[in-house]
Amino acid sequence: MAEIQQKGGDSGKGGKKRAKKMSTKIDMTPMVDLAFLLLTFFMLTTTFAKPNVLQLQMPAKVQDDTEKTKIKESEAMTVILAPDDKVFYYFGLNSPKDPSVAVPKIEVTDFSANGIRKVLLVRKQQVPKLTILIKTYIDDEKQAKYKDLVDILDEMNITDQKRYALVEIGKDDIDLIKKQNLL
Amino acid sequence: MTPMVDLAFLLVTFFMLTTQFRPEDAVVVDPPSSTSDLKNPDSDVLTLTIDDKKRVFFGFDKAAVKEEALKSMGNKYGVSFTKAQLAQFRNINSIGVPIKQLGSYLNKTTEERKELNAGLPGIPYDSLNNQMIDWVQGARQANLNLFSKQSFISIKGDGAADVQTVQKIIAELQKAKINRFNLVTSLEGKPTEAAQ
Repeated sequence: MAEIQQKGGDSGKGGKKRAKKMSTKIDMTPMVDLAFLLLTFFMLTTTFAKPNVLQLQMPAKVQDDTEKTKIKESEAMTVILAPDDKVFYYFGLNSPKDPSVAVPKIEVTDFSANGIRKVLLVRKQQVPKLTILIKTYIDDEKQAKYKDLVDILDEMNITDQKRYALVEIGKDDIDLIKKQNLL
Repeated sequence: MTPMVDLAFLLVTFFMLTTQFRPEDAVVVDPPSSTSDLKNPDSDVLTLTIDDKKRVFFGFDKAAVKEEALKSMGNKYGVSFTKAQLAQFRNINSIGVPIKQLGSYLNKTTEERKELNAGLPGIPYDSLNNQMIDWVQGARQANLNLFSKQSFISIKGDGAADVQTVQKIIAELQKAKINRFNLVTSLEGKPTEAAQ
């Protein structure tokens, strides 16, 4: 394709000047080839988009238990991230030591559009001041993945929840899950 | 053909000037997707990468800050580094080696390091030997001293990483009074029915 034309060995002084005869048009094909090669290279290697981020603001640690916010039972909802992309949730609080609080029934759902999102939307209309406690089921071998955590935080943004918190799972919740044989 | 060539060269110039070569990560993670369209800040980003083998890697986007953080780590743990090691360190995007082994890790060539990457132990972050928090605090302090800027903490977790690991890191950072995090995600489309 691209070839350099070299003159023969006898380009001595005797030869005539040929510059006048040369055409003013040059062959641009190799240059264009190179240009497109570079273009393709930079297009493929460039990293345009900075990564997207999900902001997470955790509350400052409270030393004193009395400063902790108490949640009304009627406004509480607990979401537990379980292994295998399952989501458990129940309304109200789970306090087995207090006989006046009914034992909540855990429901099982998933991250599909008709899963936890619908539950959250419906519940939010019923209870405007809904407070969601997000817990993660942690067991020795089986536990939820980080993806699930991001998914549920994302659902909070999608359903526009104002009050939610990441809470550590307590023994009461693990007992309740085991009692209802959900795993 | 001339207009096409003009355009091609325009694009070449554009891409050449805008491109930023992505430094090679010691570990490749696949962040989960979310609908959040917030962008990671341009600079002053401290990245903690968490992979699915519970390993933690530390990175900062300014080499000078990284170097200062390394010096403060060296002082704290009684390790000193040579000029050549510091120069190597500036070029490494994310590190996942305990401080005691960092010297020998930096002595290796880039190719040797690449081979090592799969088996790196990660930065220790348990409560007995919490080098992760020292890196974070060293880098934050260095960024404050050198550029008088606050740092953003980005957590870049693999989708398949354990929640427990991530929560432990967050808990450790909270102990150091760091409460605001950016979780790195990839973008997915917003569901249309969410508005209702």
